[in-house]
Amino acid sequence: MAQIFRKSSNSFARASLAGVVIFFFGFWGVVYAVYRSPYTTNVNVPLAQPAPFSHQHHVAGLGLDCRYCHTTVEKSAFAGMPPTEICMTCHSQVWKDAPVLAPVRESLASGLPIEWNRVNQLPDFVFFNHSIHVQKGVGCSTCHGAVDQMPITWKAHSLYMRWCLDCHEAPQKFLRPRDQIFNVEWQAPPDQLERGRELIAAYHISTNRLQQLRDCSMCHR
Amino acid sequence: MKTPHTAPQLDLAAVRARLNGARGQQYWRSLDEIAETPEFKEMLQREFPNGASEWDDGVSRRSFLKMAAASLALAGLTACTKQPVRQILPYVKQPEELVPGEPLFYATSMQMGGYATGALATSREGHPIKVDGNPEHPGSLGASSVWMQASIMDLYDPDRSQAFVHNGEISTWADFLFELNQLTHDEEARQGAGLRFLTETITSPTLAAQFEALLKKFPQAKWHQFDSISRDNVREGTRLAFGEFVETQYRFDQAAVILSLESDFLYTHAQRLRYTRDFTDGRRVSAGRSDMNRLYVVESTPTVTGTMADHRFPLGSGEVENVARAIAQRLGAGENLGTETQNPRLEGWLSALVRDLESNRGKSIILAGEGQAPIVHALCHLLNDKLGNVGKTLFYTQPAEFRPANQLESLRELAEDIKTGAVETLFIFGGNPAYSAPVDFDFPAALSKVKRSIYVSTDLDETAALCAWHVPQAHYLESWGDGKSFDGTISLQQPLIEPLYGGKTAHEILGAIFQQQPIRDDYEVVREHWQAEKKWPDFDKGWRRAIHDGVVEGTGLPEKHVSLKTEAITGALGAERKSANDIEVVFRPDPSIWDGRFANNGWLQECARPVSKLTWDNAVIISPALAQRRQLATNDVVELELNGRKIRGPVWIQPGQAENTVTLHLGYGRERVGRVGRGVGFNAGLLRDSKSFWSGSGLQMTKLADHYPLVATQTHHNLQSPERQIYREGDLDQFRGDPQFVKRDVEAPPNDKTLYNTDEYKYEGYKWGMSIDLSTCIGCNACLLACNAENNIPVVGKEQVKKNREMYWIRIDTYYKGTLDNPEFSHMPVPCMHCEHAPCELVCPVEATVHDHEGLNLQIYNRCVGTRFCSNNCPYKVRRFNFLWYADYKTPSFKPMYNPDVTVRWRGVMEKCTYCIQRISRARITAEKENRRIGAGEIQTACQQACPANAIVFGDLNAPGSKVGGLKSHPLDYSMLGELNTRPRTTYLAKLRNRNSEIKESQTA
Repeated sequence: MAQIFRKSSNSFARASLAGVVIFFFGFWGVVYAVYRSPYTTNVNVPLAQPAPFSHQHHVAGLGLDCRYCHTTVEKSAFAGMPPTEICMTCHSQVWKDAPVLAPVRESLASGLPIEWNRVNQLPDFVFFNHSIHVQKGVGCSTCHGAVDQMPITWKAHSLYMRWCLDCHEAPQKFLRPRDQIFNVEWQAPPDQLERGRELIAAYHISTNRLQQLRDCSMCHR
Repeated sequence: MKTPHTAPQLDLAAVRARLNGARGQQYWRSLDEIAETPEFKEMLQREFPNGASEWDDGVSRRSFLKMAAASLALAGLTACTKQPVRQILPYVKQPEELVPGEPLFYATSMQMGGYATGALATSREGHPIKVDGNPEHPGSLGASSVWMQASIMDLYDPDRSQAFVHNGEISTWADFLFELNQLTHDEEARQGAGLRFLTETITSPTLAAQFEALLKKFPQAKWHQFDSISRDNVREGTRLAFGEFVETQYRFDQAAVILSLESDFLYTHAQRLRYTRDFTDGRRVSAGRSDMNRLYVVESTPTVTGTMADHRFPLGSGEVENVARAIAQRLGAGENLGTETQNPRLEGWLSALVRDLESNRGKSIILAGEGQAPIVHALCHLLNDKLGNVGKTLFYTQPAEFRPANQLESLRELAEDIKTGAVETLFIFGGNPAYSAPVDFDFPAALSKVKRSIYVSTDLDETAALCAWHVPQAHYLESWGDGKSFDGTISLQQPLIEPLYGGKTAHEILGAIFQQQPIRDDYEVVREHWQAEKKWPDFDKGWRRAIHDGVVEGTGLPEKHVSLKTEAITGALGAERKSANDIEVVFRPDPSIWDGRFANNGWLQECARPVSKLTWDNAVIISPALAQRRQLATNDVVELELNGRKIRGPVWIQPGQAENTVTLHLGYGRERVGRVGRGVGFNAGLLRDSKSFWSGSGLQMTKLADHYPLVATQTHHNLQSPERQIYREGDLDQFRGDPQFVKRDVEAPPNDKTLYNTDEYKYEGYKWGMSIDLSTCIGCNACLLACNAENNIPVVGKEQVKKNREMYWIRIDTYYKGTLDNPEFSHMPVPCMHCEHAPCELVCPVEATVHDHEGLNLQIYNRCVGTRFCSNNCPYKVRRFNFLWYADYKTPSFKPMYNPDVTVRWRGVMEKCTYCIQRISRARITAEKENRRIGAGEIQTACQQACPANAIVFGDLNAPGSKVGGLKSHPLDYSMLGELNTRPRTTYLAKLRNRNSEIKESQTA
């Protein structure tokens, strides 16, 4: 009986088998790449705002403390966005006629809020609390990045759950002394792991608490 | 409809036979259960009734498959959507005390039936999200009622009246003021001869002062008052007994024996929250204390109070007078009062009761309900006097209300004045009299005759439709005001939000009649009143303090000495009422929607009524004996005829109902009402005339061929099975003899005999637990409503409830024990048990339900894919699946109502009680920031906070000396279905009854 398949079919079959594997991994590889890319996460993508507020200018240039505007960061879940009046404490005196500040002046005149676009946002089923993080030694720049270098603010991290857990599982890698929380230029010392462990003890993040930091109930309610 | 409207007719005789044959403690929840109908058996074994999880909403199978295929194809893509950019809107000028993300609490007060109850409202970012009781208010003590909890939904009700209406057209406040100017001008000329005011009961000192001034300015004008759930009989009773209107203040904490003659003092009384607290405090036993009060109830229809009775005697409402007379005779309070109750079964019962009363002189209370004739109330005063209770378990005060009067007569006078044409201008402040007035007054017809009628109300209701002017009234959370609680304590009402739809208050309107320029707002009116009162030496300081506290301390009414007119009472006694065999009808406020004012409140409509567990309907409530006699079954439609008037309604058979009594709940069948209340129930008020205002005899009942599907949750989530002791109870004597009796014959498997990994969680930090006291739970539903408000629980509607899809996270199971005609009632609140060995956790394929280190059993909505395996595996049936888009995402006015600390759940996820995890988290974060442990009492779950009986205690089991820890070692503590070794964190204290050993069950059956 004559052979139905030619000999070259063998290599064709092998190539297709390999192709299926390559396609499978390739497809999911692309999906994963898109999932991690700034296209999806918005990481490092500057976001247009009604008034082009520059953290670089206000923080690095003028040396304003984070809490001057984000007043409730130590008290509440929400760090706080400055009411128009806070902007106007200075801008009623300086740059008071600057065209870029027109939305701010309009807001004060009309009594309607400025509609800032959210840079860092979490889904509604995640409940993040700023005050407890600040209290336990998580600095602003750990999550928000080098805000003092941002002329227009962008997101520094993906805020994916895996990223949250990186710290919740090993806080020693990220904790800093309380007096450095609002220092945006703070850099981790070479012996961070050791220092971090000391801070865990000093700030009463005890061993069983460490396990508890991974509980779903920490963030989901 | 796939499911038939009616089950095959139950054989009630067979049910009786089965109950008689039963031995020992046997509980049952429904007639179907005793009869062991196939429907019931299926319900017991299935989690949902047949077809409940199928798609039967009018889409064919074919088109469903098409849709399913399309959605499957698109499912992968939906995950690729990017999060849309959202906005942050900071304040322009931030209020000083407000911290975004943190709640603020304001003391205010809510009025119902005219009486104020102190409230503490929670505000988030400027909008109120929850109302609880004010712990400093003597009428609340921190507890709340279903109505207080649900009132937040009324505030955001999108169907509320939103504009001024003049002859059917939208108008304005300015136009209204113009009209007001004209009419005051007209009326001034004739001293207000054509001017009438109709209000509900008023206790507000400011409003009272305004009316005083107004009636002085217009000496010919008249002020009328009418409350459809009136306390006329109570008032007239005191007038009969003492010759004047006085108020009786009971001290249930001092009472050892209580006899209620149809008084639902735990649920419908104006002082219900305080009375519940005092009453239940007298029923709490511990290892060191084994005294309990004893409650006797004689009533026609089972009420919340009746279900708490140690001895309950079902008796027609009209025959209750005979009971009062017989007791009076036996106690020697008078002669020839009538000894015969014409009820041989009652005789033995009464003798035992009277002996109990006599041996507890000065420690008893006898009180009658609002539906009983004045003479019964007068007899109660006589009996209390005779038993030496006055000054001990009760005392008399001036009434807290402004100018108390017989309201029915007051309304009659108004209706007659209108008919004679004497009324030119009529102001109506709330109450919806066109719907709620007795039918024989023909008030709607009268109202449409009035030339200038002005109706001030929160709703565009039946009365608004007949009035020339409608003024939108501000909700109590939107307005300034004041009021008095039942004991006279002055309670201030402070708004939390500007009126959403420009509503006005009675203060503003009455102020405007004086043409004071500029028109003063409610704040100014109230403040000026209190300034003129000169209550505080430093007004500003005192006023601020009063607003902050919500109450003016020490303003409770002082005791008033009254002299009893015994001859007047005995002289007023008519002929003895013969026990008639005809059917009587009794009218009662609905336990949820009251007189119809809450008809558009979805939470209240859906909340299962305390005894019947009916939702979304009222019914013709009849006794099993009557049903048997007339061959009636639940859902049969009957025609009722009383004094020539007819209505139709579906039958509901209620065990424990007096044999010849038909109970009708008011408030349904509203014609002009928002989207929720439309088409719900039938209007029982169409039979209610001024002669049979609370009850009437000679009711004709005819069975029609129609059926109407009633929906009750009584058979839902049924756990019953003979070998399992789910509900445990005992007698006080049993407890005294053997405090540990509950723990006997209980299979308590050791912790290590388990397949669960017991080392996984050590619970070294906090260990949350709950204890629910079955002796004190009165089954009032306050916990359920509080949970709804706290946890953003959606309303699902009648069709969905019928499919067992109600969403409330805590349910109250009511068990019956004993005979059909006079069963004992037992309430059992069932939230998630938070098992240490949780069966639900093991079966979740996606780990959406997991444990945490504090012992909470978590439900992670964003992980849940809706397999419902967990729900299948839950022995307590406490998990609720969100079948459809139940949460209202669309209605804009509801958005500010949601608690921002709790996820609003979407379709396809499982949800359940979380032990108010958001409150735990908040307290934990606060404590962590201060480097301390969470203190005792820092966390209250919503249900615990609302409970007027303090029946629910939550806390940390690891904290030394914690209250809940103590209750876990209480001799009565037991776990529901403990033999499953699920180690639930929610445990119960078994119910104790304080039965009178002289009364045998056979005497009452």
